[in-house]
Amino acid sequence: MAKRFQPGIVSANDLLSGAVIYLAADGKWVSSMTEAEFITDAERAEERLTLAESQPEIAVGAYLAPADNTDAGPVPNHFRESFRAAGPSAPARKSWGIA
Amino acid sequence: MLDAQNNPTRTYLDRRVEEFRAQVQRRIDGSLTEDEFRPLRLMNGLYLQLHAYMLRVAIPYGTLNADQLDVLAEISERWDRGYGHFTTRQNIQYNWPKLPDVPDMLARLADVNLHAIQTSGNTIRNVTADPLAGAHADELMDPRPVAELIRIWSTDHPEYQFLGRKFKIAVTGSPNDRAVTKAHDLAVRIVEQDGEIGYQILVGGGLGRTPVVGRVIRDFLPKADLLPYLEAVLSVYNLAGRRDNKYKARIKITVNEMGLEEFSARVDEAFVAIRPQFKGADQELLAELQASFEPPALPVRPTDGFEAARAADPVFRSWADINLRPHYQDDHAIAMVSLKPHGGVPGDASADQMRRVADLARRYGHNEIRVTQEQNLVLPHVAKDDLPALFAELKAAGLATANVGLASDIIACPGMDYCALATARSIPIAQQIAERLEDYEVEVGEMAIKISGCINACGHHHLGDIGILGLDRAGVENYQITLGGDAGPDLKIGDKTGPGFGYDEVVDAIERLIHAYLDLRAKGERFRDTIARTGAEPFKAALYDEEANRNAA
Repeated sequence: MAKRFQPGIVSANDLLSGAVIYLAADGKWVSSMTEAEFITDAERAEERLTLAESQPEIAVGAYLAPADNTDAGPVPNHFRESFRAAGPSAPARKSWGIA
Repeated sequence: MLDAQNNPTRTYLDRRVEEFRAQVQRRIDGSLTEDEFRPLRLMNGLYLQLHAYMLRVAIPYGTLNADQLDVLAEISERWDRGYGHFTTRQNIQYNWPKLPDVPDMLARLADVNLHAIQTSGNTIRNVTADPLAGAHADELMDPRPVAELIRIWSTDHPEYQFLGRKFKIAVTGSPNDRAVTKAHDLAVRIVEQDGEIGYQILVGGGLGRTPVVGRVIRDFLPKADLLPYLEAVLSVYNLAGRRDNKYKARIKITVNEMGLEEFSARVDEAFVAIRPQFKGADQELLAELQASFEPPALPVRPTDGFEAARAADPVFRSWADINLRPHYQDDHAIAMVSLKPHGGVPGDASADQMRRVADLARRYGHNEIRVTQEQNLVLPHVAKDDLPALFAELKAAGLATANVGLASDIIACPGMDYCALATARSIPIAQQIAERLEDYEVEVGEMAIKISGCINACGHHHLGDIGILGLDRAGVENYQITLGGDAGPDLKIGDKTGPGFGYDEVVDAIERLIHAYLDLRAKGERFRDTIARTGAEPFKAALYDEEANRNAA
């Protein structure tokens, strides 16, 4: 049995910078998840993944990431996507207080 | 030292850089697909992680000179975000390189004979060694010439570019194993038998989802047999190792499935065929390498200034008592430089800190720096007379945390803050534990806390007195605790205690373990001694027995 479809967004990493990117409804890649297209059916998901894969000069490793839709746009519903969206949670420079 | 060796040669490194530059160009212009490009970038240590690329640079056997560390700092500023992350296998990782810049980064590394070759992929990885090699009082022999010989032999060795899985080698010359040899695919321990130096060879160790303690396959191998014997081991593994299942492809599985006896017999058979091919060039090279690892001339210096400073300044005394290790020459010491400030990211150093350590190595440390498996730095040869001045300068650079070997000297993998494989965060857990224990960790004493953010165990959680493994349990971070691990010469895999703890519970849980230890310990007992005496039950009670916790509260 096929895995049950979960609504979400198409995400990938930018080829040049490696940064997290999302596919918007107009086919452009954006850096904010809230601007991504929220995909609610499997057929559309397939279509958008095919589009993403046809742009290897922009997007690496495109996949459908489950998300919730809100008034502000799609938001992560799993902590992995939250960290991808927000960047490292650890305050890296906290310890480098040079006297 | 490394420059004098010039291995790999500059010509070779230049060729590799230009080859990769062309590959990057072809990826960017669309001539290569990602599927085609991925193995090529991995051959050059370039990963694609959660938020960015990550470049892993090898620090062979953990030894750097000051010029090399300066260049590592420079690279972090020119092409990354001004810091680097030192890892548990004596590598440095840059977390934010841009793909088009990576060839330039590699070219700059080549200027100081560093590279990222074989820091990824199914090949022989960076050969690691005791970070206190050539300096510690307890050493039989400096392991680095042997490590360098293995590195030269294994770099770009055509037979080992497509092994079934990665292959990690460690070398130690001390009976007090500081190179985690028993957790390596293959390890070389330099030993002495009847006055003769030779090698004890271990195989099949490893952590990850199936932790296995490496076993002795050869108790005493004559020196001249080393490379042919390693080739024999690799040839048996390369043929018999499984390629049908990534999770069963490491040599530890091959050895376990075949049995050590059968594996060893096949190695012996292969050895007979391979040995005659080695006609002595390797031994001539080893002799040359040995000459280039001669210890620096260390003029005898007075130690009264050190003793006076130690008596007068309790802050210096605390640092000296905790962070120094005995040098083979009494008037010198090994200075451990902690990259674990309380609340900091374990193993991170800013560009400025790297440059300062390089400068201190030039002025006080005979130009040598080491990188440890515990993610700290080392100045291996410092005259005790210079220690008060060194301490003052380390302190000014935020590098004088007196905690090496204590509870806040935590190993932690990058976890879900950076790593694409992670199932939970590691770094913030380490930060919180270190801050929580800061005020009483000296009283707690020797304590190894190790944290991995997934089952692959880069944070060596199996080997901690207290190990923490971060998992994804139904979409929530969950931390499983193990007790009783040991990374030393008698390597032990810790035992799971029971159900895991949530992100907001695990720091409290660790503190309950520490309090239980303080209550239970007999005089002079380390955490591992107490657990060995009492068993894990009282510690499990501290973790899980809510009533006991309520009463204690």
